[in-house]
Amino acid sequence: MAEYDRKPPVQVPDSPNQLFTSSDWDFKLLRRIYDACREIGVDEFGLDLYPLQIEVITSEQMLDAYASVGLPLMYRHWSFGKHFAYQKTLYSKGLQGLAYEIIINSNPCIAYLMEENTSTMQTLVIAHAGIGHNHFFKNNYLFRQWTDASSILDYLAFAKRYVEMCEERHGVAAVEKLLDAAHALQAYGVDRYKHREKPNLKEEERRQAERIEHQRLAYNDLFEKTVIQRGAKTASPSEEAKREEELKKKLGLPEENLLYFFEKNAPKLEPWQRELVRIVRKISQYFYPQKQLQVMNEGCATFVHYSIMHRLWEKGLITEGNVLEFLHSHSSVVFQPGFDDPRFSGINPYALGFAMMQDIYNICTGHAKVQFRHDGERLARLAEDKEWFPDMAGNGDPWGTLRYAWANYRDESFILQYLSPRVIREFRMFVLDDDHAVSHIEVEAIHDDTGYRRVCQRLSEQYELSRREAHIEIVDAKLRGDRTLTLEHQTHDKVVLEEQNCRAVLEHAKTLWGYPVELRERDAADGAILKTY
Amino acid sequence: MSDMNIVDRRSNPKGKSLTNRQRFLARARGEMKGALEEALKKRTLGESGGEKVSIPGRGISEPSFHHNRRTGRSHPVHPGNKEFVRGDKIPRPTGGEGQAGREGSPDGSGEDTFEFMLSKDEFLDMFFEDLELPDLVKKSLRETSFSWQRAGYTMTGSPSSLSVGRTMRQSMARRISLHRPKSAELEELERQLEAAREKGDEDEVKRLTLELEKKQRRSAGIPYIDPIDVRYRRFERVPRPNAEAVMFCIMDVSGSMTEAMKDLAKRFFMLLHIFLTRRYRHVEVVFIRHTSDAQEVDEETFFYSKETGGTVVSSALDLMVEIVKARYPLDRWNVYGAQASDGDNYSADSAKCAAVLGGEVLPLCQYYAYIEVGDGSGGSVSSSRNSDLWRAYDTVAPAHSHLAMRKVGGPADIFPVFHELFERKGVSHG
Repeated sequence: MAEYDRKPPVQVPDSPNQLFTSSDWDFKLLRRIYDACREIGVDEFGLDLYPLQIEVITSEQMLDAYASVGLPLMYRHWSFGKHFAYQKTLYSKGLQGLAYEIIINSNPCIAYLMEENTSTMQTLVIAHAGIGHNHFFKNNYLFRQWTDASSILDYLAFAKRYVEMCEERHGVAAVEKLLDAAHALQAYGVDRYKHREKPNLKEEERRQAERIEHQRLAYNDLFEKTVIQRGAKTASPSEEAKREEELKKKLGLPEENLLYFFEKNAPKLEPWQRELVRIVRKISQYFYPQKQLQVMNEGCATFVHYSIMHRLWEKGLITEGNVLEFLHSHSSVVFQPGFDDPRFSGINPYALGFAMMQDIYNICTGHAKVQFRHDGERLARLAEDKEWFPDMAGNGDPWGTLRYAWANYRDESFILQYLSPRVIREFRMFVLDDDHAVSHIEVEAIHDDTGYRRVCQRLSEQYELSRREAHIEIVDAKLRGDRTLTLEHQTHDKVVLEEQNCRAVLEHAKTLWGYPVELRERDAADGAILKTY
Repeated sequence: MSDMNIVDRRSNPKGKSLTNRQRFLARARGEMKGALEEALKKRTLGESGGEKVSIPGRGISEPSFHHNRRTGRSHPVHPGNKEFVRGDKIPRPTGGEGQAGREGSPDGSGEDTFEFMLSKDEFLDMFFEDLELPDLVKKSLRETSFSWQRAGYTMTGSPSSLSVGRTMRQSMARRISLHRPKSAELEELERQLEAAREKGDEDEVKRLTLELEKKQRRSAGIPYIDPIDVRYRRFERVPRPNAEAVMFCIMDVSGSMTEAMKDLAKRFFMLLHIFLTRRYRHVEVVFIRHTSDAQEVDEETFFYSKETGGTVVSSALDLMVEIVKARYPLDRWNVYGAQASDGDNYSADSAKCAAVLGGEVLPLCQYYAYIEVGDGSGGSVSSSRNSDLWRAYDTVAPAHSHLAMRKVGGPADIFPVFHELFERKGVSHG
């Protein structure tokens, strides 16, 4: 980014078609800003957008939204109060500024803008969220595949009402207990690979009413699955084992969507409890793609706002002062502290995403906009591009290339495909080999010719969700025995679960299942059991 | 352009997450009380803002499956390499905190302690939980007042307490059960009759006329609202204990009291004052400060103005008795006393103090608390060296169970002592 920014500022006289002259704004101005940004985004960059709904809110409302995981409507739960208290402390201490916007992946796309923002910031936010995120939501394959953008808000409203109704009927404590348990497992409430029927969220409410009616008839599919088979009284051990197998198959074991399993099969849950589990599961599923697209989503939005702001300035729509104000906040957003910096908290997805997008842009344009110290450097860069990205280097279609990447990759595959030596150098990335079987940590690779591939591969692994989150599935339910539920954690490289948390989560799982729950950790490589709870 | 639209949400109700916050606080209550006592030691009560509290994350943790970063083998990628090259061996950071902290979950659920702000009200609520003015109702029960309280419905009453909703409900139930024709039904019949007449269908006209007449008769026979439907709101006289109390704060502000001691005493009274003004609406507080003679002053002067002079404690006790007699007749008021002093007294006066206290003050009071402040350096007041005043009061104490005496050595002692004095009976505190 530094190379791009070093372009000497050109003096442009204040232009007559400037969008705004003061930092105060009104709704008419927001509309003009949006039109200007959209023109650049759609006509020049070829972006494809949902309609946009801008909602202006206060900073307090922004904190509210923060507390409920960024969604404007959320059911009540104490943990959101905790997050609110935490965020508010950070905010009031000045440790952390508020996000300038929140964007909801829905159709129309909803962007929350804070009223405190200046005109420049509103422009930035509209370009970032209203254009950048918006395009990404509409086009990335994961979002297209997993989230039904048209009805998330309706579903949240339904969830909120439903939880309130349950609280009235069954008491706050009972609802809270169930939600606590479901929240503890919410990362395990998603379908990762197979795809059940695309949920039509609008039908949820109707479906749920039907289901209550249905359940009222005391139907329990577990009953059917277990009791019906009691025909033969004496069964040989082999038959018994076969039955077990069949039963497991009927229950869909092994099952990695723990909440789905509980919702459908937990013997002791009441219908309303099943519905609550379902709500947590649905919301978790909604967030599932976002977890795998942090770098790309933020990178896309950041690069889009960066490009739009520059185009606005080139067209004389904003002044140099505005650009400076924008750059100030932009550079703090894409700031990446080193590993030994007290501010370090992992790789900043904005920084990495932005650097990679800009890198792709430069590779496609043959570094036309970049100033080098001398021509040798440019030549070295071009040669490197040719070697690493023969298809992309100098293809002259940066936006087409970016749009393609945004539509068809997720973080893990995107990094593996597009992380260039230049970005690795810029971040000065290095890989550690942290094996707890030995007493020291070894540096496995750094940003040099021998290390680029390794860094790229390791970083990609780091974004692989199945490695970041423990892979846990239900393998057995012993329905014909004492109904002990067995979970299995497939460990990678012998990394086991953190014990205290694990025990607490298992308690919650027990609440949902109603019978004992055990967990064993099995090494993925050699099948050895490492630990059992 | 048509694909964009702006909504102003600023006027939407604020505090959407208030309920969530209350639930969170309720949940964290146990942990918070411990943390509050810690926080109090560092706090002067003059600050009336909220309180920053940090509590251990146990009861409010949101567990989820995490990888234990201290096991197995991982290959983390980090930015910002300065001097490492491939093959470098780095000793593992002790305890591995660096690693663990870095991998903490971004939503804050991984932190060990949790820090946040309590508002003033929340703080005080929690602070004074379990505390009660002792024996508040004892004396004034004979002098109870009455108030009216809603208590169901009655068939008789004055028109002003007519309950329209309840009356209409009764009327509707009666009309339905007696099958009174609805006006819509009658209109419908009339319409049909009209239609039949126009068509000239004689039989139908006859039938409908009969039916209409029957229904009209029924309608006239069953009134829309009958006197038996009418309901009145009923009120009941409930006795209300007269909880008026007056609290005397007596403080020595003489020269023998060092600034640190005064500060301690001030803290105790401020605590007391906040407690009273919060817990009871009908509590009056009288501030008496004394040197060699006593004055009744307002709160501001009591706490913040400076005074020098000798010490004659009995002057304050005398003044208190005088004020009670003049303004707070015992048949209406519960009297409480709280006195803070360094224990120094004009030596000839101590005996008199004991006499006044035992003979006049204590019989007036429900409760009398005496706080002896130490030098405020934090060291405990040595029990071997009892002051004149302490010894004098000590002679009175056995005969009066409602005299409480405590020594306070430093700011940290204030709250425990306070808590002990006003603990709600039968509630243990942790």
